Amino acid sequence: MKDTAMLDSAAEFDVRDYLRPEMMPHFLCPGCGHGIALRSLLWAVHELGIDKDQLAVVSGIGCAGRLSAYIDANTFHVTHGRPIAYATGLALARPDLHVVVITGDGDCLAIGGNHLIHACRRNLKLTCLMLNNEVYGMTGGQVSPTTSETRVTTTTPLGNAEPHFDACALAAAAGAGFVGREVTHHVPKLAELIKAGLEHPGFAFVEVLSDCTEIFGRKNEMGSSPEMMLRQKSDLRPSAYRDTVDTPFRSNDLPTGILARNERPEYGAAYRSGAAAARAVATKKAK
Amino acid sequence: MNAVEGGLAAKSAMRLLSGNHACALGAIAAGCRFFAGYPITPSSEIAERLSRSLPQVDGVFIQMEDEIASIAAVIGASMGGVKAMTATSGPGFSLKQENIGYAAGAEIPCVVINVMRGGPSTGMPTRPAQGDVMQARWGSHGDYPIIALAPASVREIYTETIRAFDLAERLRSPVVVLYDQVIAQLTETVELDEADDAGGAARAVRKWANGPREAYQPYAADEDGIPAMSRPGAGYRVHTTGLNHAENGFPTQDPEAVARNLGRLLAKFDGHRDAIDSWQALACEDAEVVIVAIGISARAAARAIDIARARGVRAGLFRPITLWPFPEKALREATMTARAVLVPELNAGQLSLEVERILGDRRMDAIHRFNGEPITPAEIAERAESLSRAVPAGEAG
Repeated sequence: MKDTAMLDSAAEFDVRDYLRPEMMPHFLCPGCGHGIALRSLLWAVHELGIDKDQLAVVSGIGCAGRLSAYIDANTFHVTHGRPIAYATGLALARPDLHVVVITGDGDCLAIGGNHLIHACRRNLKLTCLMLNNEVYGMTGGQVSPTTSETRVTTTTPLGNAEPHFDACALAAAAGAGFVGREVTHHVPKLAELIKAGLEHPGFAFVEVLSDCTEIFGRKNEMGSSPEMMLRQKSDLRPSAYRDTVDTPFRSNDLPTGILARNERPEYGAAYRSGAAAARAVATKKAK
Repeated sequence: MNAVEGGLAAKSAMRLLSGNHACALGAIAAGCRFFAGYPITPSSEIAERLSRSLPQVDGVFIQMEDEIASIAAVIGASMGGVKAMTATSGPGFSLKQENIGYAAGAEIPCVVINVMRGGPSTGMPTRPAQGDVMQARWGSHGDYPIIALAPASVREIYTETIRAFDLAERLRSPVVVLYDQVIAQLTETVELDEADDAGGAARAVRKWANGPREAYQPYAADEDGIPAMSRPGAGYRVHTTGLNHAENGFPTQDPEAVARNLGRLLAKFDGHRDAIDSWQALACEDAEVVIVAIGISARAAARAIDIARARGVRAGLFRPITLWPFPEKALREATMTARAVLVPELNAGQLSLEVERILGDRRMDAIHRFNGEPITPAEIAERAESLSRAVPAGEAG
């Protein structure tokens, strides 16, 4: 994956063309990575020339869930954990739309985990953007399925004793056609990854490692927002020597880039062609 | 009869159908083109039928990973502008409640078939019960309006499923169709007017936005209380949320905006009661005892009227076909002459609570059965007779 393709359009891409100005100022905390992820998504949408009228964004509940309201498109802010299920109905009923899901680590992996694994297995064309900030930020900073071990949250005052989910490994194991991960520190790479996900003909799962500075970082004494982002960088050094350089932000070894590709028939197209064949048989019989 | 009418008449046919089969046929006739469901007894035949028939009409059937995903996919499809339905039973109906509330609040049309069970919990999946009379009205949190229809025969399941889509689409609301295991799996000979099918797709038309984008407010209602919906792709690019929202569709916590918009939502059926309310009043004109019942209990009650009248007890039946909002005015009218009211139902007392609320001044009795056995006509007739004896003429109330 090369960075240059995205950088070429950086000058002419104006994020304001894709936002709802009436919704500003947004309500994300200072230092939050979610705005960077949102910008990257919209940059990728711009790169692909997707018509805003044909773009549908379905989001769940939580900080990530609130992002859909800022996008000048057909946006649906649904119930906690269920955006993939809503998007499944919408995408099946309206194959002409580009359907994007924005979800968080709690929304997607805890309360909505069942929908994620079945969406990966089913392979309906959807792009699922999971913003992983390791915490339930909206509710005040509780432990999530991706919280690194030993981290302190409002519900793990003694340090998190549960192992974290590797969401990309989970998605790949469940059969997702496209799986990738990127950090908010690398914006062109992130936009490029989302673009590749949007172009994928089946279910694409893209995880964004996004910092929660205010609710998570502060409690764990991880420094300012720029310091947290720099830690992302050190964290992404090859695991063989990354721990020797400085203290990694994440104790987990999370690889980035496109992590899995699995070419399989897309569910919606397969269903429609099966239905068309069944109708042809019925018409023949009727004659 | 002209040639067209003749052709349509020839198409009408007597058919042997189960209630669940009739439901699937009614859905297709109403223009339903999306179904998402999850297997659950005793409703699964609806999904099985639609998995075959929807592809034939260029619709989509999908079996989802769970009950919650099913209702979510149905609402998602309806947001895309397609008439959509799911079917379930008690435990699944419980799981769907949060999202039924979403559909009510965001005003997304959809139809939920609930072949009732008893309970609590798993209950008796294959036995008849009417355990969801109250869940259908109050199952989701907060205040919201909802419509529930309660057919009592195979033929009526067909027509009420069609009416459920009509009401859902016109009034932008989830509509629940409630019936019990007996009529779900009972097979009856019914005559379906297949002329209904031909007009199905065009039957109920959702009110779509058609003015300029700048002037469009997704939750600004017309005089009829119903806001026009926008179809994704039509250029309106609106926001839909389960948060309390203002006329522009965006979340708000402004007390006045919330009171105004939620107030409009809660009152939105008021001007449409003529279309919503439906009931059957049988032999109520001179009735001294009026039996109020739905579903299989109402069918037993209809037979009980004959038995009671043969014994000199003037019994009548009031059967709400629209269960929610309850046809309150019609019940008052049907019980004008009644000295007493009897409510037989397959639960521990749900419909009787509503009847008591409306006719609190009247002598009441109820048969509450929750052992998986239906109530027989003889039992109802006997209770009506003793109720009539307990409240002699001139001692109403």
